[in-house]
Amino acid sequence: MSGMNRRGLLAGAGALFLSGCGKVADSAAGRSAFEAAQRLHQGAQRALGGGGLVKEYAPSEISPYFRGNGSVDPQNGDYQAQAAAGFTNWRLQVGGLVERPLSFALEEIRRLPQRTQITRHDCVEGWSAIGQWTGPQLSVLLEAAGLRDGARFIVFRCADNLNGQDYYESVDLDDAFHPQTIVAHALNGEPLPIRNGAPLRMRIERQLGYKHAKYLTGIEAVASLDTIGEGKGGYWEDRSDYQWYAGI
Amino acid sequence: MDKTKRHRLSTRAWHWINLLCVVILFMSGLNISNAHRFLYWGDYGFQPSEAWLVVPRFPAWATIPDFYDLAQARDWHNLFAWPFALVLLFMWAAMIFNGHFWRDIRTRRREWRLASIAEDIKAHLRLNFGHSPGKYNFLQKLSYGIVFGVLLPGMVLTGLAISPGMGPSYLWMIELMGGRQSARSFHFIFAWALFAFFVVHVLLVILAGPYRQIRSMITGAPLDKDAPTAQQEART
Repeated sequence: MSGMNRRGLLAGAGALFLSGCGKVADSAAGRSAFEAAQRLHQGAQRALGGGGLVKEYAPSEISPYFRGNGSVDPQNGDYQAQAAAGFTNWRLQVGGLVERPLSFALEEIRRLPQRTQITRHDCVEGWSAIGQWTGPQLSVLLEAAGLRDGARFIVFRCADNLNGQDYYESVDLDDAFHPQTIVAHALNGEPLPIRNGAPLRMRIERQLGYKHAKYLTGIEAVASLDTIGEGKGGYWEDRSDYQWYAGI
Repeated sequence: MDKTKRHRLSTRAWHWINLLCVVILFMSGLNISNAHRFLYWGDYGFQPSEAWLVVPRFPAWATIPDFYDLAQARDWHNLFAWPFALVLLFMWAAMIFNGHFWRDIRTRRREWRLASIAEDIKAHLRLNFGHSPGKYNFLQKLSYGIVFGVLLPGMVLTGLAISPGMGPSYLWMIELMGGRQSARSFHFIFAWALFAFFVVHVLLVILAGPYRQIRSMITGAPLDKDAPTAQQEART
């Protein structure tokens, strides 16, 4: 066989393999295998972690700059006007399957018991940054509102509209009630910069960055994610099939 | 074990399942690498100026899927991580219990003498691969030992260290590796070391007679009459 033919054969076999991978990924069986693997990772990580805390760093380990990704300066709605007014009219709604729907002004969020933590933020792309976050634990807000029976997920509603769709995210109750899950209003002791989600953002410390919803306007307890957005539990999940469980 | 075969069924099954897993993990890993082509040491890093290495962008034909799609590449990567780790665990258990590790892969002190290592290298350069009394010669034992003992388990351990969900339970290992970004760098280095092994391995199989070599890894192949059996070797 000539070198040319052999190379042709190799290239052909490679192309066949790749197109086979594409067919598997597009098939229902392929998708359910991917989802089963995710659930296995989630189950294993939760079983091993047992609700424990992630590492909290020393102030000297904070990164000199905290990169922003996704929306870094929302232009939709009245966000820019709110920013110009110092977010004095910003409201955070807590609703859905709760006993007492609540609405908080920023000042009220700051008066709740606070948690400050220096943690590492891991982006799905691969980079990491370390910052100090301050805010009330999500559990404090959820306990104030009182979850009703049947609530299984917490949905985070956001002010930013990215590529024509409103950003949102969701977690299960295990992450919602984790002690390090906080509604942050400050980064490194200062009010959140706009690129990092001003005036409020979530910290979901055991998952990748896209779960940490920024520009937070609403916290909603739901029984199912099927009717929220396109049903996959988040902006990137709906748009690009990102994994809903982002602990890997 | 069937003592008339060159390779046990456990070895052959592991070999081909592992190959499939490694190919898919490597190629989906190249797709993931394209998402952020900078490697750092320590816990954090996000800008090129902090990077110790700027990784080239890998072409679409080398990645799974064969276009840039971080979400789908992660699906492949996260799925095949399971069989990869589980068959590696199985192979280690099999090697320990059936004696393959102790008999064929473990090196002996006398093999570490410079003169005998030099002899082995010279024999390789002469493309003489049948020169060792045991199943594998010293360089084979060394490279299989590094692959089994460091690179393959290293891929699993560094992969776990990159996962934020492992943060609470795995901190000691992340710290041992020097932080999350160091673990990510090691993940990349080990992957390319495995690729280097793959290239040399395939090259040597081709030089040593690909038909016989590949057949024996599929069927097990009867032992050559002249070659020492595992039992004979164990007695020496």
